[in-house]
Formats: sequence, structure tokens, C-alpha cells
Amino acid sequence: MKIGALKEVFAGENRVAMTPDSAAQLVKLGHTCAIEAGAGAKAGYSDALYAAAGVEVHKTATALMAACDVIVKVRGPEKAEAEALKAGQTLISFFWPAQNPELLEIAKSRGATVVAMDMVPRISRAQKMDALSSMANIAGYRAVIEAGSNFGRFFTGQVTAAGKVPPAKVLIVGAGVAGLAAIGTAVSLGAIVYAFDVRPEVAEQIESMGASFVYLEFDASELPDGAATGGYAAPSTPAFQAKQLAKFRELAPEVDIVITTALIPGRPAPKLWTKEMVAAMKPGSVVVDLAAERGGNCDLTVMDEKIISDNGVTIVGYTDFPSRMAAQASTLYSNNIRHMLTDLTPKKDGVIVHNMEDDVIRGATVAYAGAITFPPPPPKIAAIAVSKPKEKVKELTPEERRAAESAAFRAQTRSQVGLLVAAGGLLALVGAFAPAEFMQHFIVFVLACFIGFSVIWNVSHSLHTPLMAVTNAISGIVILGALLQIGSGNWLVVVLAAISVLIATINIVGGFLVTRRMLAMFQKS
Amino acid sequence: MSIGIVSAAYIAAAVLFILSLGGLSGQESAKRAVWYGIAGMALAVAATVFSPDVANVWVIALMVVIGSALGWIVATRVQMTEMPQLVAALHSFVGLAAVLIGYNADLELTRVLALDEGAKTQLIGFAAKLAEKDAVEQAILHVEVFLGVFIGAVTFTGSIIAFGKLAGKVDGKASKLPGGHFLNAAAAIGSLVLLVMYFNGAGIWSLGLMTLLAFFIGYHLIMGIGGADMPVVVSMLNSYSGWAAAAIGFTLGNDLLIVTGALVGSSGAILSYIMCKAMNRSFISVILGGFGTTTGPAMEVVGEQIAIDAEGVAAALNDADSIIIIPGYGMAVAQAQQSVSELTRKLRAAGKTVRFAIHPVAGRLPGHMNVLLAEAKVPYDIVMEMDEINADFPTTDVAIVIGSNDIVNPAAQEDPNSPIAGMPVLECWKAKQVFVSKRGQGTGYSGIENPLFYKENTRMFYGDAKKSLDALLPLID
Repeated sequence: MKIGALKEVFAGENRVAMTPDSAAQLVKLGHTCAIEAGAGAKAGYSDALYAAAGVEVHKTATALMAACDVIVKVRGPEKAEAEALKAGQTLISFFWPAQNPELLEIAKSRGATVVAMDMVPRISRAQKMDALSSMANIAGYRAVIEAGSNFGRFFTGQVTAAGKVPPAKVLIVGAGVAGLAAIGTAVSLGAIVYAFDVRPEVAEQIESMGASFVYLEFDASELPDGAATGGYAAPSTPAFQAKQLAKFRELAPEVDIVITTALIPGRPAPKLWTKEMVAAMKPGSVVVDLAAERGGNCDLTVMDEKIISDNGVTIVGYTDFPSRMAAQASTLYSNNIRHMLTDLTPKKDGVIVHNMEDDVIRGATVAYAGAITFPPPPPKIAAIAVSKPKEKVKELTPEERRAAESAAFRAQTRSQVGLLVAAGGLLALVGAFAPAEFMQHFIVFVLACFIGFSVIWNVSHSLHTPLMAVTNAISGIVILGALLQIGSGNWLVVVLAAISVLIATINIVGGFLVTRRMLAMFQKS
Repeated sequence: MSIGIVSAAYIAAAVLFILSLGGLSGQESAKRAVWYGIAGMALAVAATVFSPDVANVWVIALMVVIGSALGWIVATRVQMTEMPQLVAALHSFVGLAAVLIGYNADLELTRVLALDEGAKTQLIGFAAKLAEKDAVEQAILHVEVFLGVFIGAVTFTGSIIAFGKLAGKVDGKASKLPGGHFLNAAAAIGSLVLLVMYFNGAGIWSLGLMTLLAFFIGYHLIMGIGGADMPVVVSMLNSYSGWAAAAIGFTLGNDLLIVTGALVGSSGAILSYIMCKAMNRSFISVILGGFGTTTGPAMEVVGEQIAIDAEGVAAALNDADSIIIIPGYGMAVAQAQQSVSELTRKLRAAGKTVRFAIHPVAGRLPGHMNVLLAEAKVPYDIVMEMDEINADFPTTDVAIVIGSNDIVNPAAQEDPNSPIAGMPVLECWKAKQVFVSKRGQGTGYSGIENPLFYKENTRMFYGDAKKSLDALLPLID
């Protein structure tokens, strides 16, 4: 099959859906690749680079569309592009089918197949083609960089000869992929990072990235279950929102940089950073709103623009963060596309098998064989295991703890005394019947067991094998028995005793030598 | 040498043995401890040989020379990966010796009782002691002989089977005859009946029949246990060989034998206990074979196993600062310890922190992995126990699992229905990235699916451990 990448027509879009590297990988799957002239130019890939990688370069979009079986793109198609699709042709790009029903109709009427990269289900197997995550990762990184370029101070604290510089304080709202990427970037620049999310289960992820989680005092039962929505945030209750805003109000005067990434699927972005919070911030502070495309998390955000508030706070409302890092974004996106095509080409023979039984392919396909296949049925595998309610470990008061300790001590004493009494009774029973000589040996035996137990507990784990070898060697002490018997007048006894001496000697010599050999190998670095 | 001096030598030997075992608490003191053991043994044997109780010294000398030569050959030739089978083989010798000495005691008793009073005063050594025994003491002696022979016989065949399994000469899987443990129970009850008969003077045939039953118990018991349970089996047999020596000590009225046997017996018992605890299983359930029953359907494993090649692993290792390697039996099978050591050396030379995490039941012998790594010249101070290192995984960049499976299975913690639920495991999945070197996609000894292999941060590095690591080595800079 021939796979062709169109040049993006959307103004300001710098990304491209195929790089020379990804084309080389696609060729390995048995496909041939084509590209519209100039498609990669803004991302830093010249036509010559593509040609060198064996990609056909077509002068116009029309020529490319006519020549290719599969069209790959970044942005969803423009109306004209959708109308140019042929029957049986496959389009792979972002599509946003819920927001673009008329485009979906066009694709259906043209008989084309559409694979929407934004509809890839969120299951582990599909992570490699999850373009939303890879783009969000870039957006998170770029948001910190944008904030830094608009922020007049260091991120990291320094003590210099010229004076002390305090570290910047960064608040990140929403710890999805973009939020976590922003946390990682801000932390590695040296800032003090706080992060907030409505899903308390991400606290661990936030802390693992080096930020501190902003906790709200709340009862767990009032929170929405994140697992039910495929790991995305669900709208929260009014009471919860009120507490959240109060917390933000408290933080606003302290923080220098706020990066908001809060989005709820299929809804306008929640307003989290209000006008008064911006007013409370210090002049020179920066707000980067990654939700600007859906109306923004900040009241003052203007989409695609950078504005400065009355009190000197910069508010960045760009929506094209991935496009601003076109080379990186193109690499990752083209890899996502390549992984999707790998799944579509199961035999690696250049033949595309559109298996509608496959959860991932079915989920991402929104138009297929002249029919609209959106929305998809729920996937067979749940994205995230439903979290079990956590059992609370009760905090014990000092009195309770002391009571528990003394109870445990009493129980231990009882069981020890019980054991001693039982063992003593048993010994008395043996002593009542056994002759005196036996009892003398028995004393030795019991004491030796006690010594053995207390000595062996101290043996280091790493020396267990030498321990076995050395106990093996000293259990060759049975040789003494054979030595005492070998002087017998009975020839059979002599023979058996001689054999015993022989094998016990093997044991002693072999055991000790091998132990010594092993111990000599243990070297300190 | 007078009896008094012999006794003094025995006391010294007992003290030296205790010091020898106590010295194994640290790697450096252990090197001295083994000499205490050797000195103790030399003292005990020399004192016995030169005591007035011993005759036929030339036979003894011949046997000791031959035995020493054989022992020396075995000890110098054995590969460190073959340690489990060597230990098992040596156990069987102790078992056999205990059986033979038990028989001798019976034969001697019969002979001595037949002698007239005049001849009895001429006797030396063990026979002289027998001659002094009254009827009750003779009865006690019968019980002691019987016990010594029984334990010795079980140890003997059990160790031979364990040796066969560990050396790969007997199929390592657990297999039982039809009837299972009822056969063992029947044999044990039969032995008990024979004990009563022997006690009442039934003669040496009852001892012989019991020996056969005990041989069967040893064989059948160990045949029914396999794979990863072998560390418990070997330490259990170690314990038995000690108890057999102690029983012989009672028979002969020799305190040094009793002390030494008790030391060895309790050592093996503690090792068995440690191994069982590390698998969160009771001793009985290990001996009866098979894993515990499940209480419900196992948690479904979601995701796929993602393979990776040597370049990918090398890139991650070159980027990592802290690395933990988790070796298992697979490393021993593939003889990969030298490659692991070389990898460690290269990574450490590049300034990275490399440590080893050893699960108590990794391998087929307690402490097996430590010995293999020591042989490959991995310094012991970077080889950590499970409890020392488990908390460090979240701050580790890369964890490499080489040939281990159940000991890194997160199902033990996450799935209450798993057969290994509650078993302490190495929490390697908390590391940023995990590489698993494994031959194929199969499950481990227990047959339990391992969710680790499906985790998002896990990559499978398929292939023979040694070949995989050798492919990896040139790529590390």
C-alpha cells in the first residue's frame, strides 16, 4: 500500500505526520511512502531528506491524494480535503468526531475509512499510538518553557556573591500527561513545584516526579471515581469546587508561575483560576493556560494570545504548543502513526487488514466501508482496574498502643510459660522411665539444641550455602561411632565400620575443603 | 591416651564446632571459622584413634587416606553451580553411615551378650560399654538404634533423590505413586509396628524390614517435591543428617556426637524455617508438595509482554544511575554469573550504583546466588538481602531480573486470590524501568502467571541469559 502525508493547511501548523525516519520504518512493513512537497519544511525536514529516505515527493495535494491508499495528517481534514477522499481510501489523523459530525458525514458519503488518532482507547497495549498523550507531553514541557521566557527570574534558587535568589514557586493544576510533563520540567529547572488534581490517586505520581501534592481536606466518598471515566477527570461536586477555589486563593499570592491543564472530556474547561486570583498574584508572575482551546481555566485567558493583566501578570493562552516544537512533535506523532499502521499491517507484508474485532482499531475507526462507526462500543478491557476502597489504618492513641503492647507481651509470656510447662512435663515423663545414663546424655542434647538455635540465627543469609557445607562436614563426626566399633571381633562389624569410616571421611574432607573454597571467593569491593 | 584426656579433647572439639558455626555470621570471620571446624574435627578423630578403645588402626588409616583423597577430588572439581547436588550427595553419606553404624550396634550387642563373663572383661571400646548394660538400658539402646537407622535411611534415599533432581538425572517435577502420602503414612505406621516388635526382641530382621520401609519413605517423600521447593528439601535433609548423628550418639553414649548432631540438626531446621517463611508457606505444605489452594479466580492480567533487544537495554543502562540486578535459578542454569559480573564491573566503572537483590529462596540451595556471585568475583558488599533493598526500588532507575520469576511476582501483594498471596517478594516493579531476561513466555515453577511481565514499565529481554548478556556487554560504554 502507498502511504502519503499531506502538507498541513491549517494556519500556523508546523507539524508533519511523516518523518524520513518513520518512512523508513513503514517501508519495513512492506509499504511505500509518499509526501506532498514542502510538507516537512516547517518541522525541519526538507524534501531532499525525504527523497533520500526513498519517499516519493508529489508536487500537489491532489496528485498525492490520487496516488495514495492511505493518507496521514496531523490536524483533522478541512472540508475540501475530506471531500477529496476516494472510496476505499483510509485517512489517519486527529478528527474529533464528536465535534465534527459534518466531516464524518462527508467521509461516510465518500466511502472512505477514517481512523481518528484522538479516539485511540486508553489501554496499555495502545499507549504506543496514543497521540493525545505524546502531544500533551510536549505541551506540558513547552508550557514551562513559555512560562520561563515570560518570567523575569531564575527558576532555581541560588546564593551568589551578588546576593541570594529565591527559587520560583510553580503551581500546576491538573496532573494528566501534560501536567506531569510540566512538573518534571519545572522540577528539573530547580523550581519548587506544587501540583493539584481532583483525582487523589495521582498524588503518588505527582510526588514521584518531585512535586508536592496540594491536599484538600475531604471525605473520600464525596470524590468521583477516576477509574470509571478511563482515567480522565470527572466533573466535581459544588462543595468540592468551593474548597478547591479556597485553596487556590490561599496559594495565589505565593506562586510565581501557574500552569493549568484541567480538561474534562466533552465539556468546556472548568474555570479554576479566577480574576481575583490573578489580581492577588505578584507582578511579573505568569499564568500558562493549556486549556485555552476550550475556553481556558483562567478567567482572563484569550485564546491564541499572550496578554498582560492590569497588575502585570502575563497570561499565555496559546493553543499550539506542540506545533511550536514541530521537530519533536513530528517525530513522536509520526511514530504514533507508524505504530497504528504496524497494528493495521499484522503480517508486515504491506497489506492493510482493517480488523474491526480488535479493540484498538475498532475504537479509533470512526468511519468504515460507507458507514459511521462512531461512537465505538465500550472496549472489552477496562482501561484501569477499578480502585478498591482503601482500608484506613486507625491511628492509635498512646494509651491504646501501650495497652496493645502489654496485651501482646502478656500473650507472649503465656505462650512461653505454656511451652515451658509442657516441655518440662514431657521431660519429667522421660526421666521417670529412662535410666540415669540416658538422662545425662539427654541434658547434653537439649543444651546443644539451644546453643545451635541461638548460634545459627546469627548466620548471615549470604553464607547459608557455606553453612550447609560446613554442617555437612561436621556431621561427618559419625566417624567416631565407626572408629569405636571397628575394633570388634565380628568381621561383618569390622567391614561395615570400615565402610562408614570411608564415607564419613569423604564427607569431612570434601565438606571442609569446599567450604574453604567458597569462603575464599567472597571478596569485598 | 587416657579416657580423661580423650574427654577433654571432645570438649575442646565441641567448643570449636560451636565457634565454627558462630563465625559464619560475617564473611571475614567465616574464613577463620572454617579452620576452627577443621581443628575440632582433627582433634576429635585423633583423640578417638589414639584412645585405648580402638583397634585395627591400619584399617582405619587406609580408609581415611582413601576417603580423604576422594573428598579432596570432589571438593576441588565441583562447579559452584553444582553446589546443591554436592551438598545433597554428602548428606546421603551421613545417612548411610548412620544406618551402618546402627546395624553394627545391633550386631555387637548380640555378639557381646553371647560371650561369657571372662571374655566380657577383655572387651574394649563400644563392646565394653555394651557389656555393662542392664536389661532396661539394652531396651533403650534398641530404641536408639532403631531411630538412628530410621532417620539415617530416610536421609540416605531422600538425599540420593534430591541429588538426582538437582543434577538433572531425575525429572525435577513433583511426582508421586498412586496413593500419594497414604503410602508414606502406611510405611511410617509399619515402621512403628516394627519398632514395637524390635523392642520386644524380634531380632535383626525387623530392623532390616524397617530400613527398607524407611528407604521407601525417603525416596517417595522427595520424589513428591520439586523445583523451587528444593531449598527447603536440602535444608530439611541437612537437619535430618544432624538428628541421625545425634541418635547414633545416644546409641554409643558419645556426648560429642550428640552435641554435633544437635548443632547440625538445629541449623538445618532453622534454614528450613527461613526458607518456608520466605515463601509464606508452612513446612507441612512444602513437604506435602504442591502450592496452596486458591480461594477464587486469579486477577486477570491486562496488557501485553513487550519485547526489547540488546540495544534498547544497553541504551537504558547507559542512561541509568542506579541499577539493581535480581538473579534467580535461571542465571545458574545458563551459567551466566561471569557475564553478570562483567556487566556489573563495566557499569560500576562508568560510575553507576549497581547492587544485587537476593531473595531467600532464589536458586536451589539457601544462599545459592551469593555463592555464584562470589565465584564470579562480585564483591559481597553490593549483594543485598531482600529486606535491606526492597525499600530502594522506587528510587532505582533500572531493575534487571535474570532468570527469576515467582520471587518478583507482584500478584503476591496485589491479588489476594493468588496461590502465592502474602509471599514476600522483591518489589522490582517499583523501579522506573524493569528488564526481564527470560528464555520464553512460559510461567515459572509454580505455573502462576506473573503480572510483572505485563506492566507498563517492564520490557522482556528474551533469550538464554548468558547469550543475552554477552550480546549486551559490548554495547555498554
